[in-house]
Amino acid sequence: MSNAAVLHSNIGTMHDDHSAHHEHHHQETFINKYVFSQDHKMIAKQFLITGMVWALIGGFLSVLFRMQLGFPEESFPWLEDLLGKWWAAGGRITAQGYYALVTTHGTVLVFFVLTAGLSGTFANFLIPLQIGARDMASPFMNMLSYWFFFAAGVIMLASIFVQTGPFSGGWTAYPPLSALGDASPGSKTGMDMWIISMALFVVSSLLGGLNYIATILNMRTKGMSMTRMPLTIWALLFTAILGVLSFPVLLSGFILLIFDRNFGTSFYLSDIFLASTNTALPNEGGSAILFQHLFWFLGHPEVYIIMLPAMGMVSEIISINSRKPIFGYLAMVGSLFAIATLAFLVWAHHMFVTGLNPFLGSIFALLTLLIALPSSIKVFNWLTTLWRGNIRLTPGMLFAIGFVSMFISGGLTGIWVGNATLDIHLHDTYFVIAHFHLVMGVASMFGMFAGVYHWFPKMYGRHMNNTLAYIHFWITLIGAYLIFWPMHYQGLAGMPRRYYDYSIWESFKQFSELNRFISIVVFITFIAQLLFLINFFYSIWKGRKATNLNPYGANTLEWTTPINPGHGNWPGEIPEVHRWAYDYGKDGKDFITQTTPVGEEESTEHH
Amino acid sequence: MTMFLIITVVVLVFLVIFQVAKASEYVSILKGEEVTRKQTNKINAFLMLGFMIAGFIGVWYCNEVLYHKTLLPFPAASDHGEKIDEMLWVTIWITGAVFIVTQFLLFWFAFKYQEKEGRKIFYFVHSTKLEILWTSVPAIVLAVLIVVGLKHWFAITGDAPKNALEVEVVGKQFSWIFRYKGKDNVFGKKYYKVIDEATNPLGLIWKDNKELGLKDDKKSHDDIVVQQTIYVVKNRPVKLIIGSRDVVHDVGLPHFRMKMDAVPGTPTTMWFTPKYTTKEMKEITKNPNFVYEISCDQMCGNGHYSMKGTIEVVTQAEFNAWLAGLTPAYKSAMANNAIPNSKNAEPVMAAAASINNKLIAQSK
Repeated sequence: MSNAAVLHSNIGTMHDDHSAHHEHHHQETFINKYVFSQDHKMIAKQFLITGMVWALIGGFLSVLFRMQLGFPEESFPWLEDLLGKWWAAGGRITAQGYYALVTTHGTVLVFFVLTAGLSGTFANFLIPLQIGARDMASPFMNMLSYWFFFAAGVIMLASIFVQTGPFSGGWTAYPPLSALGDASPGSKTGMDMWIISMALFVVSSLLGGLNYIATILNMRTKGMSMTRMPLTIWALLFTAILGVLSFPVLLSGFILLIFDRNFGTSFYLSDIFLASTNTALPNEGGSAILFQHLFWFLGHPEVYIIMLPAMGMVSEIISINSRKPIFGYLAMVGSLFAIATLAFLVWAHHMFVTGLNPFLGSIFALLTLLIALPSSIKVFNWLTTLWRGNIRLTPGMLFAIGFVSMFISGGLTGIWVGNATLDIHLHDTYFVIAHFHLVMGVASMFGMFAGVYHWFPKMYGRHMNNTLAYIHFWITLIGAYLIFWPMHYQGLAGMPRRYYDYSIWESFKQFSELNRFISIVVFITFIAQLLFLINFFYSIWKGRKATNLNPYGANTLEWTTPINPGHGNWPGEIPEVHRWAYDYGKDGKDFITQTTPVGEEESTEHH
Repeated sequence: MTMFLIITVVVLVFLVIFQVAKASEYVSILKGEEVTRKQTNKINAFLMLGFMIAGFIGVWYCNEVLYHKTLLPFPAASDHGEKIDEMLWVTIWITGAVFIVTQFLLFWFAFKYQEKEGRKIFYFVHSTKLEILWTSVPAIVLAVLIVVGLKHWFAITGDAPKNALEVEVVGKQFSWIFRYKGKDNVFGKKYYKVIDEATNPLGLIWKDNKELGLKDDKKSHDDIVVQQTIYVVKNRPVKLIIGSRDVVHDVGLPHFRMKMDAVPGTPTTMWFTPKYTTKEMKEITKNPNFVYEISCDQMCGNGHYSMKGTIEVVTQAEFNAWLAGLTPAYKSAMANNAIPNSKNAEPVMAAAASINNKLIAQSK
């Protein structure tokens, strides 16, 4: 084949010698280069690819449960062949199978894909490259962080195959359901494995988070003051702080749950009579609601752990591709800070209808709506950045714009469900599904796609195929809206979440046609994601080689490294920084990199 | 067979897309990256505009098709529901306006300011005036929303009126049990360890129990226990005292716009005033099968989706007649060891109950 010849006919030898640049030549074996690597770039790729595998699994689970929701009457014999009787007896997803699917889908997507896959990938990849450091503060801890995540994944995956099924009480794992094996078969061995997996995941994210914070605070290159950092770094810093402060609370909640499950304590259990075994349990005096407080004290910041990295990357990508400075840099940093702070003060808005003291509820409603302020600042600043720019609609830019669109659509409904009064009606209905899938699920996924398309040349020294990327973008954007927009209406009919079958309900059965439509769109959108996967893996080996050190004309430091940077990132000295990252179109120059000293004639708006 | 066909089609479509993508990559190299970027930029910018227009039409069309399937075309069935609906409409208009303006600007800018030869960008770093503008305007709007919202919130979550009909609601996997005060107008004491599924599903304390240190509570002897369906009175406030026997459930009343968790060990309450009888609601919704359903809105196990109860809203006279026909749980338990009022269960309920039993059997 002459593919490679055609693709690379115009490449000189300018970067063929990249391996010669290596500063310190430690012995690179397969094991320490690709498996137990301590190079932040390799660890980032490990997080990314593991995250992609989990996204594929988690997405496929949603395809399976959408088959049940869209086609509750029909049977698909091949499903039983594929999954077995426990999941799909007679070719219909069983109730236990359905709840196992939704629970695993939620857990996997929230934690493994959008936390580890997103901030794990881009914090690792971008922090040292954009602040000008050779690696993380502790490369070893960084490596451990990945391997704890990997172990968590292995255990979660294994739990799908145990006899009593994986945990199936919803990703929020509320006790007593999650505490009592007799209340739900998924709460037996499956739940033990779920908790162990999540505990390992917490360890992973703490190891990672501490490292990110230490690196950003201590290892910036000369001249890289905090206010010269790209917004990606600010976002990743706040993300790491959120994780470090809130994940331990989740772990403590899990530990109490382990005690209740295995050692006869009553932290969460009280006054329980189980019909399945016809027995009253001895536990008295516990509070089931306590777990919800501990869970959501992480659970809500978790939403921002997922959102912030996407916001940071989107700010960066929009500015670069509008060829225009980001509008209101300090306001952007300030709003990130405000969001990160408020993230800790709003957790009980998930609990408005738990019997929470109405006065507390009112405080949480007030604080929740406050988040709309920094969010609207961000949206308006992104819009102003686009305004009178010279926009290049690269695949990364398309997904960044898609992110803003999703963030607006899903964010505005936050004003509905955050207002306690409306939440009484909308709580735990499809409205909530539509809200959080748009604002944190799809939006963050878009942020992740934007990041991968944008930084792929830096990761692999090659370009991804743009045509495939465009097709992927348009199908995904349209698909996501077609899936989630109508769900608002289901929510406004009061249709509850997590129902296996709506046919016995006079109030909710009118949506069977809509459910079928949504399911079909889910199948198409899911298949379209394979375009991305094929494009990604194909391009790693066969993509068009990057010939330009700085393909986007960007200002940040990662584009000053060689096309395929070795461990240590810069062959010589780490460059010094003289200005902020957003001098695009200043004084008639298309872009001025951060390493360019400030000229004498230059206007001095922001350095 | 169809499955095989679908897979073949998908694979073929993939191959075509992939070949086209590959070919376009060669073309882009021959033409140069710069030229290709400018060409695809035009296409994508045009699609941005197209998506915006199609999107707005889609939003309108979606509303056309789905609006009448929601609860919004009909009045809320409770006084609290009316407040919530009013609040909902204010929020819809405000967020709807913001949605249209911001989405329009986003896609319009993406189209209007697409890369063009010789376009000079406007170097615009920040503007305190603008930033104050779009902090303060949302702040004022949000303040209005929160003030109105909290006014309703306190009204809804406040104390129930004194004349409220009190009904106890207890969730269990996967059905609802209800209790009315008997003639003495007091709920008797209960304790979960004396629950007997067949005769005493709530664990009312009917006799002394030395082992558990319980004393017979005579006030519990006249309490009336019913399953699946409760009756409440039009225009009379009803206060639900909510509990759970096993895991967390949630009493979801979409037509009344109300919802409250049922938590084992921690009673919760909720009150509202029904405005329309079930019969009236059948006429309003033009649905002869209309029924006020109680849905469990908190994931409670594998039978969650079938945990259904029913509320019958009737006039005071009908209510009195219904109540008079019921026997206190104590009496029927002593008389014939049967669950009181199982005759109230409707066919659908029976179906749901059989699913429950199957699930319980499965989970064993």
